[in-house]
Amino acid sequence: MRVALFLTCVNDTLYPDTGRAVVKLLTRLGVDVDFPMDQTCCGQAHYNTGYRHEAEPLAWHFSDVFRDYEAIVTPSGSCGAMVRELYPRLGERARAEGRGDGLARALAPVVPKTYELTEFLVDVLGVTDVGAYYPHRVTYHPTCHGLRGLGLGDRPRRLLEAVKGLELAELPGAAECCGFGGTFAVKNAAVSAAMGVDKVRDAESTGAEVLCAADNSCLMHIGGTMSRLGSGMRPVHLAEILASTEEEPAL
Amino acid sequence: MSGTFVGMPAFPEAAREAVRNPTLRGNLRHATHTIRAKRARAVGELADWAELREAGRRIKDHTLRHLDRYLEQLEESVTAAGGTVHWAADAAEANRIVTELVRATGESEVVKVKSMATQEIELNEALAAAGIRAYETDLAELIVQLGKDRPSHILVPAIHRNRGEIRDIFAHEMGEWGRPAPEDLTDTPADLAEAARLHLREKFLRAKVGISGANFMVAETGTLVVVESEGNGRMCLTLPETLISVVGIEKTVPTWRDLEVFLQTLPRSSTAERMNPYTSMWTGTTDEDGPRAFHLVLLDNGRTDTLADTVGRQALRCIRCSACLNVCPVYERAGGHAYGSVYPGPIGAILSPQLRGTGSEIDASLPYASSLCGACYEVCPVAIDIPEVLVHLRERVVEGGPAVRRGNKVLLKPAKGHAAERAAMRAARWAFAHPGALRAGQRLASRTRRLHPRTLPGPGRAWSGARDLPAVPPEPFRDWWQRTRGGKDGDR
Ligand code: SF4
Repeated sequence: MRVALFLTCVNDTLYPDTGRAVVKLLTRLGVDVDFPMDQTCCGQAHYNTGYRHEAEPLAWHFSDVFRDYEAIVTPSGSCGAMVRELYPRLGERARAEGRGDGLARALAPVVPKTYELTEFLVDVLGVTDVGAYYPHRVTYHPTCHGLRGLGLGDRPRRLLEAVKGLELAELPGAAECCGFGGTFAVKNAAVSAAMGVDKVRDAESTGAEVLCAADNSCLMHIGGTMSRLGSGMRPVHLAEILASTEEEPAL
Repeated sequence: MSGTFVGMPAFPEAAREAVRNPTLRGNLRHATHTIRAKRARAVGELADWAELREAGRRIKDHTLRHLDRYLEQLEESVTAAGGTVHWAADAAEANRIVTELVRATGESEVVKVKSMATQEIELNEALAAAGIRAYETDLAELIVQLGKDRPSHILVPAIHRNRGEIRDIFAHEMGEWGRPAPEDLTDTPADLAEAARLHLREKFLRAKVGISGANFMVAETGTLVVVESEGNGRMCLTLPETLISVVGIEKTVPTWRDLEVFLQTLPRSSTAERMNPYTSMWTGTTDEDGPRAFHLVLLDNGRTDTLADTVGRQALRCIRCSACLNVCPVYERAGGHAYGSVYPGPIGAILSPQLRGTGSEIDASLPYASSLCGACYEVCPVAIDIPEVLVHLRERVVEGGPAVRRGNKVLLKPAKGHAAERAAMRAARWAFAHPGALRAGQRLASRTRRLHPRTLPGPGRAWSGARDLPAVPPEPFRDWWQRTRGGKDGDR
């Protein structure tokens, strides 16, 4: 199976460890992973801020880069939701504006082949025990676009529950937004920060050392808040936990 | 927050103030979390909730698609039942019609059932200017009116007040408007309710004119429906000689049977009750019973303009249950007043900029008053995809584009103040369309990483005021990949 890793621009630039963890994990599970070097950004920030027309060339670019792979895997619920939920909408809107169905046709093959990491593991590979070892108390925050956009359901939980040594602590108000919201974090900084603080306080109440999520953008916001509050907790991407083994444990 | 919404600051400033108010945040957090949990339970009881939601969506969409036809049918049915129908294109016209109708009765006082539409057009203010006093009779509306305040929630307009504050308002203000509160008024709910009951009873028995809105209007029969919890609305609807109902045109449903769906979904979504305590229905006038004269004022006020927008029109499906407010993390922190409209929360963020246009500062900022978390869409009983409409309206704000205002097609210019953002978005798009440029930028960031601060100056301060920036890694992923081909060439 020839699988492309769509790492996303944020992970590529700021969180290369997450990318390395996905490669390590998938390779361990016998998947042949490729990283198409021409990949850039899905255009979500553009689209969600109101620049739909600026997002279109990026969607075209995405389809050019990833068209020939059997599956496209991304460790980001948010970017996964952009491709799966919003790319079809981009195509429809272009058609409604009288610009033909070129974009819709270009996107049609890549949309259904794009999987968020936990979907790929559970639905395509059919595994929940990925042979991971992570001896820490962890609480899990299901990010909004993964939870409500992609409908990841209990897939991440099932994966975490199968990790050896891991103690999963229930996060109160788990389904509530952490307050990141892309440009929202800057445009409505006060509300965003208040939401972030509440999320961190809820996480701290679990007594966990680690807050885990499957989206580094949210983790950047939550982690930045933890750091500012001097909280003892750390944000860790789910992929890094799943990649961790007894031979090569992650921190 | 007294007086009018006109000239509201943009949402971020208003919200920043609210976030700093611990009493407000406490009141809101407590209220929204309580109702949130109850609603989830009430909805969970119905095995066919998903089907009901879909049915509600379809009925509303179908009605909106043929609204012209159903409104004509409604006018015929209401007229046949002895009512009179008036058409109001905007707030000014609606206020003029109602003022003249009240004047014609020779009265200078009216009692009111809680109504969003009359709040929207600021009818009370217009009546006051004509020397007519309008008394709100819904308990929460009464608190808002006596407190010279503004509603901050669709269902519970005084949600931002706690019991102590309400006691003070009653004690100080009731005398101004009629029967004063008892000397020894405490802040227990029973005492507060009794004070309001005595105060309002005098009004009900004296009033000759009642003013209401409606939750639904049935085109087939000309029947109007009000659902409420206190019974005060029923008093306003039945005791006066003249009843004037001001209703947005989107409240139409085709047939009596359609109510079956909404009378299940509305109470469960709003008050988390299986059925609301009072459902009043009236059809024109009836001999020897209820008001002698019935007037229906059909309000447009931006609704047909909204209808012309293929993405945004779904906002008109709203049945004002307020479920979206109660789950919204932004509403919970910012409070209802920050939205600068009688429609706060997620629905307000998409309705106000459509009804009023995106011309003012507050209306241009509302589409951004959301983290797009999607909780509102999930609970909405008529499946309004609020995040979709928010993003659509953001596009209107930053890029301009075609819209309909007052029935005319217009080409909107982008709102002011987004030039720098637009330039940044274009630059980012250019870089992302050229992988080489992205890579050069990443390498530059990595090479200068020791110079990066954890807080930012300028516009970035909004981020780093409350959060630390992540450290830039020594090597972006793509460089590692190229060096090692995913670890196959050794170095991991
Ligand atoms: S948008 Fe939906 S959830 Fe919000 S008030 Fe309207 S009907 Fe209720």
